[in-house]
Amino acid sequence: MTFLLKPKLHHPNLPTNALGLTRRDYEGSVSTLCAGCGHDSISAAIVHACFEMSLQPHRIAKMSGIGCSSKTPTYFLGASHGFNSVHGRMPSVLTGANLANKDLIYLGVSGDGDSASIGLGQFAHSIRRGVNMVYIVENNGVYGLTKGQFSATADRGAKSKRGVMNSDEAIDMVSMAMQLGATFVARSFSGDKAQLVPLIQAAISHQGAAFIDCISPCVAFNNHEGSTKSFDYVRAHNDAVNSLDVITGRDEIIVDYAPGTLEMVKQHDGSVLALRKLAADYDVHDRIAAQAWLSGRHAKGEIATGLLYVDLDPVDLHASLRTVDTPLNELDETVLCPGAAMLDRINASLR
Amino acid sequence: MQPLTAVNDFVIKFANVNGSGSASANTLFGKSILRMGVVATPRNIFPSNIQGLPTWYEIRVSEKGHIGCRGGVDLMVAMNPQTWDEDLKSIEVGGYLFYDSTKALPPSKFRKDISVIGVPLTEMCNEAYTDPRQRQLFKNIMYVGALAALLDMDIATIESLIGEQYKGKDKLIQPNINALHMGRDWALKHLQCPIGLRIQSSDSVGNRIMLEGNSAAALGAVYGGATICAWYPITPSSSLAEAFQNWSARTRTDAVSKKRNVAIVQAEDELSSIGIVIGAAWNGARAFTATSGPGISLMQEFLGLAYFAEIPAVIFDVQRGGPSTGMPTRTQQSDLLSAAYASHGDTKHVMLFPEDPNECFQFGALSFDLADRLQTPIFVMLELEIGMNERLCAPLAWDDAKKMDRGKVMTAEDLQAGKQFGRYLDVDGDGIPYRTLPGTHPTRGAFFTRGTTKDRFARYSEEGHDYVENMDRLLKKWDTAKTLVPQAIRRNADEPTQAGVIYIGSTSPAMDEAVDILANQGIALDLLRVRAFPFGKEVAEFIAQHEQVFVVEQNRDAQLRSLLVNELDIDPRKLMKVLFYDGTPITARFIAGAISAKATPQKVVPFRKVVS
Repeated sequence: MTFLLKPKLHHPNLPTNALGLTRRDYEGSVSTLCAGCGHDSISAAIVHACFEMSLQPHRIAKMSGIGCSSKTPTYFLGASHGFNSVHGRMPSVLTGANLANKDLIYLGVSGDGDSASIGLGQFAHSIRRGVNMVYIVENNGVYGLTKGQFSATADRGAKSKRGVMNSDEAIDMVSMAMQLGATFVARSFSGDKAQLVPLIQAAISHQGAAFIDCISPCVAFNNHEGSTKSFDYVRAHNDAVNSLDVITGRDEIIVDYAPGTLEMVKQHDGSVLALRKLAADYDVHDRIAAQAWLSGRHAKGEIATGLLYVDLDPVDLHASLRTVDTPLNELDETVLCPGAAMLDRINASLR
Repeated sequence: MQPLTAVNDFVIKFANVNGSGSASANTLFGKSILRMGVVATPRNIFPSNIQGLPTWYEIRVSEKGHIGCRGGVDLMVAMNPQTWDEDLKSIEVGGYLFYDSTKALPPSKFRKDISVIGVPLTEMCNEAYTDPRQRQLFKNIMYVGALAALLDMDIATIESLIGEQYKGKDKLIQPNINALHMGRDWALKHLQCPIGLRIQSSDSVGNRIMLEGNSAAALGAVYGGATICAWYPITPSSSLAEAFQNWSARTRTDAVSKKRNVAIVQAEDELSSIGIVIGAAWNGARAFTATSGPGISLMQEFLGLAYFAEIPAVIFDVQRGGPSTGMPTRTQQSDLLSAAYASHGDTKHVMLFPEDPNECFQFGALSFDLADRLQTPIFVMLELEIGMNERLCAPLAWDDAKKMDRGKVMTAEDLQAGKQFGRYLDVDGDGIPYRTLPGTHPTRGAFFTRGTTKDRFARYSEEGHDYVENMDRLLKKWDTAKTLVPQAIRRNADEPTQAGVIYIGSTSPAMDEAVDILANQGIALDLLRVRAFPFGKEVAEFIAQHEQVFVVEQNRDAQLRSLLVNELDIDPRKLMKVLFYDGTPITARFIAGAISAKATPQKVVPFRKVVS
């Protein structure tokens, strides 16, 4: 980490987006994580994704739990409201925030300790309910802030920095998210920004529960020989099923790829996912086949990445609850309070 | 043996088997008395079970309008062989036993000092019906008919209530009325009617209404503008969330789009419930959860966050018997300490103590204004006794001129005009800072909410002075809360007295009655019904003005007294404990007995002499 404050000045010719904002307008304060931390790359990818999509920073709410990953919302989107809640409980706080105002973008940032252990239940139930959100788990297989204990996503047989072997089975949050009905599931690697940025953009434009498991090596406690979450290990075993471009503009889409290798996927918000297949037999719309495929890769020790599943007709929690179009936090007593006349009728029915 | 005689002043208790369909017959019976204009107070005494275990339904009939639990039984309707012996024993000398005489019982199963009334209900049912479920259900209506004859009740009133009860399922009306008459006719033909106990039409009910506190609190939440409810099923609070669902279906559906102005989520547990509430309130919606003691235990960490990060939240705690699973279907006032100081570190939380459904409604609505104004969790402390029992109370009232108090929320205009924003900055000197809602202004007013220490501009800080400043400001806010919560209600004795009583919530009707009993014994008491925590200055004044103060409450450890001692710096010896905690509602007889034992006029000595 650095103790230098970020200067407010920037180069006058920094590129701007459709809102006239520069990338600097999407940054937060200086990271206090360890130098080289994978999480900082994810923060940078979030900044990049939001800048490119020309999102209004104040229309995004950043939510997190407790841990290294949950600290990161301070380091991006400084003009957005953020909420660093309690350990493992980001999903419920995010759910509540989302219910209060359906018009904002909800970005939930969590870690493997936060979401796969203490918060496993809340992770599962927020996905089940179809909360319209982007849920990113910055997954390093280790507890960083408390100095190197295994987390629940550490692979069986992985070695800790102190040389201890992990004997517990790993929780695969991607498989869980699929089984629990997430309508957008992806896995990526903090070291692969070219893959991660479009996945974040696609997840943001997806109008349902979007889950991204992002492997993010911990340089302090889990980047050694024998770890299955180290930079070297992940690079060697990264098996991308597809590569993605997100097209958000209204331009005519012209593609020039061999038939069968590129799929254009139109989402409800109008954005188009240009999906280039890398694994010929992988169908990103077939949840059951995808689950089987992923299990097969996992058994071989490979880490399947990319957009793993997308449902083009997501039903979000607001749709299930049939809430009104106006955000609930904007309704006043004229709408909400039934008034004295109604109360008289109620009184009469109670005699 | 002299049989009891009383008009409109007795206790009747039904002993049934859970799941036998007795509840609707018993409710019908209770409601019929009310319709005759006589004050009747029902109480469900039920097991943590769906089918098979004993359940009781008690109705206190009182021309004088006493609605507290009296204790004792004058007429027992013993329909459960499992509890026969216990039920028989509970009848007052001279009282009455009503039972199903189909199967002969040996004389040893009866008492000589009571009147025994046998009606062959099963035999009559078996003759009249072939379907086993009908035999069961109509047996219940049949005993209502027989009781109507024995107590000389107005049969037309009962008939019209049956009509209301089955409105929409009209073909059930006539069979029920037939069963009612079968029971009544048998009694008129074979028994001496009426017995010594009778119901006579009166006008003591007035315009009062009858409803459950849970339902009233839920309606209060509707009127208070709650749009988000997150809850996890737990007795005795589930019916509050379910009532909110029902009231919302009726009042919160957009006429055109048919969409809802409300979001109700049954969460996976209490942690998630309070998390959803906090997230929603952080984002500017009015949100609440309903739970009971175990839920409060589970929510502790989140409650500390809401206190420290200053996020509004409303928690309806319908108290039951603790600790642990305790007595889930019995009543207590035993969550006071766990709510008042919920979470680790130094915390204090606002609590409201409604006495009846009317106040459940009032406080239910008010709690949302308080939560927004004070930016902190507000606990509405119901009890099973008022939450899950129907209770006669004043009609609910609402002033249409009333607007929601959303507290100190900065608007986009405020921010645009350059008004200084510091999330934890005490601008007005009342300890309450301003907040902004996400999405308000493109470049101003964003801040980071966290449970860690921060400075007044919400920046992360590990500086001791930032921490102390913040904690001290929270105390200042606590002082402001004292001026906003409902004041305690004082009622002085007819004559000057040095003795006073402090009590809360459902103890109220029993206390009203006890104070009359004690006055007749020459013990005059000033009353103070505390309605909120923190205590207003009127509470300290009351204690200072009396030599001896009884603190009457329904828990073992004198939790209300602890709060008084702790928060008002009272000498503990001045506050006499009167504690009742067996899970049944406190009675006037108990209170009067406990107080008169400690303070008969002769025994009352000035406090200073006692301790010297």
